[in-house]
Amino acid sequence: MTAQALTRARLTRVPGVAVALILLCVVFAAANPGFASPANIANILTQSTILLMLALPMTLIIMTEGLDLSIGAVLTLASIALAMTAISTGSPALGLLAALGVGACFGLANGVLVAVFDIPPFITTLGTLGIAQGLSLVVTDGQSVVGIPRSIELIYSGSLAGIPYPILFAALAYLVTHVLLYRTRFGTYVFALGGNREALKVAGISVRGMLIRVYMFGGLMAGFAALLLTARLNSAHPTAGIGMEFDSIAAIAVGGTSFERGNGWLFGTLLGVVTIGVLRNGLNLMAVPSSTQVACIGALVILALFIDGLRGEA
Amino acid sequence: MSTTAIPRSARNRFAMSGDVMQMLYRVLALLLLGAVLTALSDVFFTTGNILNVLRQAALLFLMASGLTLVILAAGLDLSIGANVALSGCFAASVIKLTGSPWLGAGVGIGCGAAIGMANGVLVTALRIPSFVATYGMMWILTGVTYYYMGGETIHGFPPGFRQLGSGHLFGIPVPVYVMFVFLAIGVFFAQRTIWGQQIYAIGANPVAARLSGVPVERRLILVYVVSGAVAGLASLIVLARINSAQGDIGEELTLPAIAAVLVGGTSLFGGSGTVGGTLIGALLLTLVLNGMNLLQINSSWQPLATGIIILLAVWIDTRTRRIGE
Repeated sequence: MTAQALTRARLTRVPGVAVALILLCVVFAAANPGFASPANIANILTQSTILLMLALPMTLIIMTEGLDLSIGAVLTLASIALAMTAISTGSPALGLLAALGVGACFGLANGVLVAVFDIPPFITTLGTLGIAQGLSLVVTDGQSVVGIPRSIELIYSGSLAGIPYPILFAALAYLVTHVLLYRTRFGTYVFALGGNREALKVAGISVRGMLIRVYMFGGLMAGFAALLLTARLNSAHPTAGIGMEFDSIAAIAVGGTSFERGNGWLFGTLLGVVTIGVLRNGLNLMAVPSSTQVACIGALVILALFIDGLRGEA
Repeated sequence: MSTTAIPRSARNRFAMSGDVMQMLYRVLALLLLGAVLTALSDVFFTTGNILNVLRQAALLFLMASGLTLVILAAGLDLSIGANVALSGCFAASVIKLTGSPWLGAGVGIGCGAAIGMANGVLVTALRIPSFVATYGMMWILTGVTYYYMGGETIHGFPPGFRQLGSGHLFGIPVPVYVMFVFLAIGVFFAQRTIWGQQIYAIGANPVAARLSGVPVERRLILVYVVSGAVAGLASLIVLARINSAQGDIGEELTLPAIAAVLVGGTSLFGGSGTVGGTLIGALLLTLVLNGMNLLQINSSWQPLATGIIILLAVWIDTRTRRIGE
């Protein structure tokens, strides 16, 4: 597919996500007067930030025809590492470093297992999901880690010139990923990893090295997201991030990134994340329990993929 | 012609002995692990514990036997644990409502099969990769189960029904008999029927299978329906054993079942493996988990150990395949 055709394909997909988003907004606004208030909209955006920070690298990973099921569990473990380090040393910076360390280790492990050991991504990350989840439970003994320094909490609740910090962080993360994907050689190689891996090999690029970097990026972003998660909960909990990988995969699927053809669309992921955020918030306002929200997200994804399939055949 | 025929039959014999060797290695590992545990723990080699291991292995094998067919067809079913939870809760409330275990069993197995059918349709008609489709299904089922149960617990089933999970026949737990029945059915179906052989063919090379006239879509839906129905049956054994139903009864069953299939020598890439191997895999995995219990290792280590076992099993599989090529 040429670059122009790709752009056109992406443009034709804009309505899909956007229409879903607008429809959901209209329905929820009609059902609940509190939905469209500025405070609630700011709330939706702030709550979507953690998901966005996971969905961005996940988009890249899915573009390489990979998957990272471990990202929620790694987020949890990183959050625990952050809380424990910050409590014992009193330094949030060292805590963040610990979280990034955990993320980088798991990213590296995922990358090496996928690229060097040739283990399929979904089974690799299913295994590391078990490992990260097990470690989280073992380290905390199933209990919450509480008593983190107050300065960490401010990272989630504070704001700069009226814009909440989490949104600034998420915007920065989006910008960095956008530049990486569309403006650097790294991004071009990511596209090639999904679409034309042979060409990459022929061009003398190390496919293994590239794959490892993509998974490392996922781990590091999970480490950064752990900062927001810990600040939001004002604690770390061994089950806090379970299922986040499902939300991020759902956001990407709704956003129009294909699991098969390896062509991803970062802005679609952003829209997908906001759509999931709106859906969860609207259902929250209607007092629908969290586990049922998951089923609704699943239904939305199946609908999106179904429409995607219809379009693909048309 | 005759010169090519001889090496081919010779190669076949080697391939055969290779499979037997693989199985022998696993039995050896099983015995070794048993010996180590006997040495480390006084309780391990007692009748009570061995029967306990067999009972646990029976449930694991049951779930893994259906999954084996899916993986033989180069698919994956991550929804079986959540399937157990939903089918179990439906079955439990039907038993409570009507007082009839048979009706409850029918609903449980039917619900499991319907979920399997939905998986099959997602994979074949919407062409969603099986691990994505069944992973999404897992979360949807969990959501529906929690919604349906609303945090409640259903408990207290008729004694006759409870025999299925906690009863004994000639001193051996009933689930162990179920295990052997399913072993016989599974081995016969996979090795001796045309449908079974078609599943192998799809796993080995779906394009070639289609070109040779195998109805690929229908067989794929079949394996997911079987896997789902077996999960529905497993849910009945869980109910009968613990005498109650909650939203989280299946949560910790999926990873071990996948591990049992892979440790049993079925290739994640499809087309090779046996149901008999899965039995050995289930026994091996149960021994590991039982051993961790006996050695008083915190149960939080179990998902970690299972994760590492899965990665090791797939890594060995990838290596053997590469050497084979």
